[in-house]
Amino acid sequence: MAADTLLEVANLGKTFGHLTVLKNVSFKLDRGERVALIGPSGSGKSTCLRAINYLEPPTEGEISLEGQLIGRRRNGQPMTDREMAPQRAEIGMVFQHFHLWPHLSVRANVALQPRKVRGMSRDDAEMLAGDLLGKVHLAHKAEEMPQRLSGGQQQRVAIARALAQQPKLLLFDEPTSALDPELVGEVLTVIKELAAEGRAMVLVTHEIAFAREVADRIIFMDGGQIVEDGPAKAVLDRPKSPRLKQFLASLKLGGADE
Amino acid sequence: MSDALPGLIAEALLTGALVTVNVTAGALTVALAIGMALAAAAVMTNNRMLQTTIRVYVEALRNVPSLTFLFLLYFGLASLGIRLPSMLAAIVGLGLIGGAVTVDIFRSGFLSVPAGQSEAAASIGLTPFVAFRLIVFPQGLRLALPSLGNYAVALVKDTSLVAAIAAPEIMFNARQLVNETFETALIYGSAALVYLVLTGAVAQFTSLVERRLEVR
Repeated sequence: MAADTLLEVANLGKTFGHLTVLKNVSFKLDRGERVALIGPSGSGKSTCLRAINYLEPPTEGEISLEGQLIGRRRNGQPMTDREMAPQRAEIGMVFQHFHLWPHLSVRANVALQPRKVRGMSRDDAEMLAGDLLGKVHLAHKAEEMPQRLSGGQQQRVAIARALAQQPKLLLFDEPTSALDPELVGEVLTVIKELAAEGRAMVLVTHEIAFAREVADRIIFMDGGQIVEDGPAKAVLDRPKSPRLKQFLASLKLGGADE
Repeated sequence: MSDALPGLIAEALLTGALVTVNVTAGALTVALAIGMALAAAAVMTNNRMLQTTIRVYVEALRNVPSLTFLFLLYFGLASLGIRLPSMLAAIVGLGLIGGAVTVDIFRSGFLSVPAGQSEAAASIGLTPFVAFRLIVFPQGLRLALPSLGNYAVALVKDTSLVAAIAAPEIMFNARQLVNETFETALIYGSAALVYLVLTGAVAQFTSLVERRLEVR
């Protein structure tokens, strides 16, 4: 393993009964690298992302973060959720539907992880939460309850919540798909700012223009497999496979991009 | 009707009401503790043994009439040499019966919390137990509250059953006074009023708690 490899996904497979949703998925991510997973719906890209922190345990293959096997003990046995908790703490996740905790204030949503997982004092955690909310341009909403916020604001709180983990890796699962079109921009702006800081991230997205701008690399998936993997511009501008050509053409026809 | 009668009725029903309140509070505590603990365990583990045990407990106590169960506890155990005081038998009996009701109320409350809530909790590195305590429990409790309130009102009414095992609550005292004075309508009518006041208070209290816990 190269010294700067952060994440290694090796021969990942996932089946639900007879249905194969992931097959032989392998890729690496360097420190500071940003990869966008694109592909038609049902291509397995979200499942792949959710397998990285074992929210969707794979049925085959291995995932390692900084060389440490995720979700499995040294003897290869699967870990319990309890054993996995410290590993998941290293990986921030932003969900399509935000999943903020409605019974906690915006500030408490962000401060929960530092307090309860990393043992920070309440004051320190809330101060950190305030800083992070400032970073996503929501310092003024800290004392609100999440459901008083717009979708775009909620998603930015969710990003601050993930940042509060001080994660080694950020996962974004279609972070703008549940948003009204006019709210997409504010979330993408925040993600771009994080990308500019050189944070490692894996993004599942339908926003091809955004993927081109923010990702170093693009992985195109179809039918649960990786079809193309390469530098963002090369993959998008000079697609090799008929399937990717067809996928990009369908997006243009639909007017979804450019 | 003698001049002493209103005083006698008031005394009988109010001392009875105190016992009713005690039995309700005791049984409610037992029922909530059992229901909460078993529902939390059922939601957090996949252990078949535990799931089956809970199911058997729930089905058994829900499908046996409460009076039968109370008789079994009070007279049945006594015949085997275990004499429970009637107040204790009343609280434990109604509490165990209530636990079988509240375990399903709590469980459906916990299960109504969207899966994404637990996923987000797991993703930040909370252990399943802490995630349950901090994320699922408070939300599930809020969802369960209206049903728990209905249960508490039903429990106040069900305490009248423990008159049959000699716990000196409202109906026990009322019946004794009826036997002495034959003022049947007046006494039972007054007893009904006392129950209305008690159930009304419980309903008020639960809606107060509901409003306090509302998501703003």
